[in-house]
Amino acid sequence: MEKAKYERPLINRINAGLPDKFGMSRTMEAITHIDTIPVKDLIDEYGSPVFVLSEKTIKDKLSQAKKAFTTRYPKVQFAWSYKTNYLNAVCQIYHREGSWAEVVSGFEYDKAIENGVAGNHIIFNGPDKSKDDLRKAIKNASLIHIDHFDELYTIMELAETMEETPKLAIRINMDTGIYPQWDRFGFNYENGDAWNALTRIMLNGKLELVGLHTHIGTYIMTPGAYGIATSKLAQLAVRIDQKFNHKIKYIDMGGGFASENTLKGAYLPGTDTCPSFDDYAEAITNALINSEINPEDLPVLFLETGRALIDDAGSLLGTVLANKRLADGRRSTIIDIGVNILFTSFWYEHHIVPAQNTTQHTEDTTIYGPLCMNIDVIRAAIQFPLMNKGEHIVISRIGAYNMTQWMQFITLRPNIVLIDSEKNVHVIRKNETRESMTDLENVPEYLNPSK
Amino acid sequence: MKLKKNIAISESGFVFDPTSGESFSLNPIAIEILNLLQEGKGQIDISDFVLQKYDVDRDTFENNYFDFTGMLKQFNLTEKNN
Ligand SMILES: Cc1ncc(COP(=O)(O)O)c(C=O)c1O
Repeated sequence: MEKAKYERPLINRINAGLPDKFGMSRTMEAITHIDTIPVKDLIDEYGSPVFVLSEKTIKDKLSQAKKAFTTRYPKVQFAWSYKTNYLNAVCQIYHREGSWAEVVSGFEYDKAIENGVAGNHIIFNGPDKSKDDLRKAIKNASLIHIDHFDELYTIMELAETMEETPKLAIRINMDTGIYPQWDRFGFNYENGDAWNALTRIMLNGKLELVGLHTHIGTYIMTPGAYGIATSKLAQLAVRIDQKFNHKIKYIDMGGGFASENTLKGAYLPGTDTCPSFDDYAEAITNALINSEINPEDLPVLFLETGRALIDDAGSLLGTVLANKRLADGRRSTIIDIGVNILFTSFWYEHHIVPAQNTTQHTEDTTIYGPLCMNIDVIRAAIQFPLMNKGEHIVISRIGAYNMTQWMQFITLRPNIVLIDSEKNVHVIRKNETRESMTDLENVPEYLNPSK
Repeated sequence: MKLKKNIAISESGFVFDPTSGESFSLNPIAIEILNLLQEGKGQIDISDFVLQKYDVDRDTFENNYFDFTGMLKQFNLTEKNN
């Protein structure tokens, strides 16, 4: 006789009344496949853990975002925010779909060039552009978004000696009614610094002011804040036109749209609270259309959307290493995914589910990573089904920032694979080997053990 | 290990502890184990029963069994000092 499927014995206290921090018990849908490929096959072939990106989801999201804006406004240009995920294969997908590049360092700038992006389709942001970076960007007619006066003066100095006219915008920070107000990047609107910088550019004669830029923050839940920000930039555009008879070519609203991830401490899941692309598009385009800008001179609207475009396209697959009972009786499950490769677990309560069907029984669980560090907590409190050592889990919506902000710490970073639109799987970044790390090291002669 | 005598176990997997007034839920295998414990069976008998019925190896089950009985103690469902 065939034996029954085993599940470990479980007893849960029944708490009458309100759900506690572990939330209401609910059945958890397993994720057994990603884009029709079994999770188990992906792990068998590429190891555990493994990052998986879906080309289909990348394209679907981008086309949703584009549709939201282009149906409301005639001139829209997306620029892929490299820092969000700068794997070349990922960047190439966005570029093929028509996105320009938005970079914030010399390293990212060179990556964009290497990816074949035309110099004049690169937006160069950030507080750290070296003189050489700026010279290169000016030569390539890239769009330089100035962060501070020191940078403006360096550009003025370069412009004296170069043939090309720098194409400039300034980054502007402002009060949009949201807290915290990011005021460390760019020039402030309310105190007049932004106007001061714009005036200096306009009076210089060797510089071309082409745009106005802001990035009001990240994971912004209130589309209205974008409306306010857009209106303020539009007012500046009108004022520049009035004073200097000069029309700016674009307004760049930066990134910052929320993804459906749930922020730590949020009462409701992100899937219920995240505004849609339409909500953001409505706020931004209404502000532009209703501004004092002459309809014939409406600027191109640039968007540097990052996380809202790629979060959903990334999954991290892993394996249960052990189950363990904590001193207070809580269960803990240790998985092979640590905060070093899931950086976003510091601010998100990530969606994590089994990769195989389980029964409806769940237990109050803390999910830990494998690092030998107390901070290595993937979910502090979750109602989780009973899983055995060796079984697989899937963490969804991790496409943004993890593959750029990750840390190598005590282990090696795993494979990243892309499932293309035809369901072929490609390794787009190989797992590291010990040599990936030690090749960069050098032991001074006198410490060399073989001597 | 002995269960407290006055614990009530229902067929659908509810446990009521009249001393504390607390109730608990069980999954099917836990119902079977609690019933065996109430009959006074020990760990060896219980392991044999489970291994015969379910697709599991002895090490895995024993590991889970001690974890489970640990929870019974945690919830004060066992007699003290055993
Ligand atoms: C200048 C700039 N643009 C765009 C982005 C992308 O932001 P998000 O991922 O929130 O859309 C960032 C991220 O910090 C940024 O600093």
